[in-house]
Amino acid sequence: MSLINAANIKFSYDTTSVMENVSFTVDESQIVAVIGPNGSGKTTLLKLINGTLFPHAGHILVDGKETTKWSRKEIAQKVAIVPQDTSVIFPYYAEEIVLMGRFPHLGRYRFEDKKDYRIVHEAMEKTDTLAFAARRFDELSAGERQRIMIARALAQEPKILLLDESTVFLDLKHQVQFLSLIHQLNKAQKLTVIFVTHDINLAAQNANGIILLDSGKIYAIGTPAEVITAANIKEVYDVNALVDRHPGDGSPRVSLLTT
Amino acid sequence: MILILLALCVVSLSVGSVHIELRSVFHALVNAFTGNFFVSSEEELILFSVRLPRIIFAGIVGASLALGGVVFQAMLRNPLADPYILGISGGSALGAIIGIVIGASSFYLGVPLLAFVGALATVFLVFIVAGSAREALQDNSLLLSGVVVNAFFSAAILFFLSVVNSMELHSITFWLMGDLSRASAREIYVAGICLIIGFVVLYAQSLKLNLLVQGEETATHLGVHVERTKQGLLIITSLMISVAVSLAGIIGFVGIMVPHAMRLVFGSDHRLLLPVSALFGASFLILADTIARVVLAPAELPVGVITALCGAPYFIFLLKRKAY
Repeated sequence: MSLINAANIKFSYDTTSVMENVSFTVDESQIVAVIGPNGSGKTTLLKLINGTLFPHAGHILVDGKETTKWSRKEIAQKVAIVPQDTSVIFPYYAEEIVLMGRFPHLGRYRFEDKKDYRIVHEAMEKTDTLAFAARRFDELSAGERQRIMIARALAQEPKILLLDESTVFLDLKHQVQFLSLIHQLNKAQKLTVIFVTHDINLAAQNANGIILLDSGKIYAIGTPAEVITAANIKEVYDVNALVDRHPGDGSPRVSLLTT
Repeated sequence: MILILLALCVVSLSVGSVHIELRSVFHALVNAFTGNFFVSSEEELILFSVRLPRIIFAGIVGASLALGGVVFQAMLRNPLADPYILGISGGSALGAIIGIVIGASSFYLGVPLLAFVGALATVFLVFIVAGSAREALQDNSLLLSGVVVNAFFSAAILFFLSVVNSMELHSITFWLMGDLSRASAREIYVAGICLIIGFVVLYAQSLKLNLLVQGEETATHLGVHVERTKQGLLIITSLMISVAVSLAGIIGFVGIMVPHAMRLVFGSDHRLLLPVSALFGASFLILADTIARVVLAPAELPVGVITALCGAPYFIFLLKRKAY
């Protein structure tokens, strides 16, 4: 039984259809990249998986149960998301934000205990954010805020981690650190990761499954070598590209041709 | 915070149109607590049957208004929001004025009850104006419809003010600006019970409030059922606020100033923010009411005048700084 099982899902905002007959499965401890042009439905797909949105037709099962049937708290124990942008209005400390990731695991009317603080501490250690735990979140740089968001998602102890362009603000060192962390959690805790990105090479190098979306439909799905081809990129993105092999790990490598 | 509140109470007991020495205040209080309580002098009569109930009542109302401000600011993610912006004051005032005009004041709790009905009706009206149930809980539409409903109520209030006779006019005008002078055991029980229930319920939701401040989508991601939570918060807060408003009239700006000042000092974690705001709200209103009693003694100012005189400049200061 796959961890995520989507069958013929349809979704539309008001009248514009953004998702049509989308079917896919994701197995436990897979790392899946979702790529596609702007407006192809990548973020919507993530929201359908974590039950923020529900399909208008078809079914999407997470851990064997339809997303409509999970309670908000239950699904938040399984699925965590690192959002694209973050804004805060009131002054919170960075650590307080990470602590919020423990909410789905707290009983009704219970506050965090020692164990929760320990998990938060570990999450902040892994994301290299302990140094500014006591600083105000709104005073941090975009990259630092993004790492706090990643720490919060880890504090949720999810089975499935959704990433929405989560590396864009990170500098090179923290990008590499974050990607190794993802691979490490993937191996050690069988964490399933689904990430949305515009960076096809990042997708090819880090994912073992790729979903290529084109205006709300799955254009191609499979391993990086199957999906990332010059023909597919030409068809979906309307650009000419040269695809060869990455010298390090042999994954497909895309070079864009400008003329 | 608790010490500040207690010190304020004692000072406030001492000053007034009849000045009572601080020493006699202490003496009387000690007597009362040790059990040899008997009203022996005119001073003690003033202390225990006039000033003390009024101070307790002011504290309860101040705390209720401050808590209301905390919740509405968190829910609307807007530090300038408070119960008044959503039109609860307008609805409450209109209900009370209708009560005064039709002579409901001769019934037990007649006017406050009508004010309460008016406040609750406003909440529903604001929701209807804001659109269908789903869209109604979106931040901006709620704020905007609050403004619209408020404007409508102001017009209705002015209409009633121009048709009633002058005796009633004075009573209404005073009520409109906040009037703590009719504090009695009954008011204290009613408002006090609502405050305690409100505080307990809100405190139990304090983690959810923290998450709501992060944005509704984030709150949803982290396991909060946003619509249901907001509806619950709205009902319990409206209840608490409308009872306070119906008994004490319109006292503005407490709900905006207090939570903001507390957030600057103590941060935004609602587990801390709720209790300190309640305490500071109580202290603030006791102070304002004491000033209102003293400035023109033996005459009195409505306490709403004092809070508005402090609050409006503070509001402008906030707007200009933009660092709220």
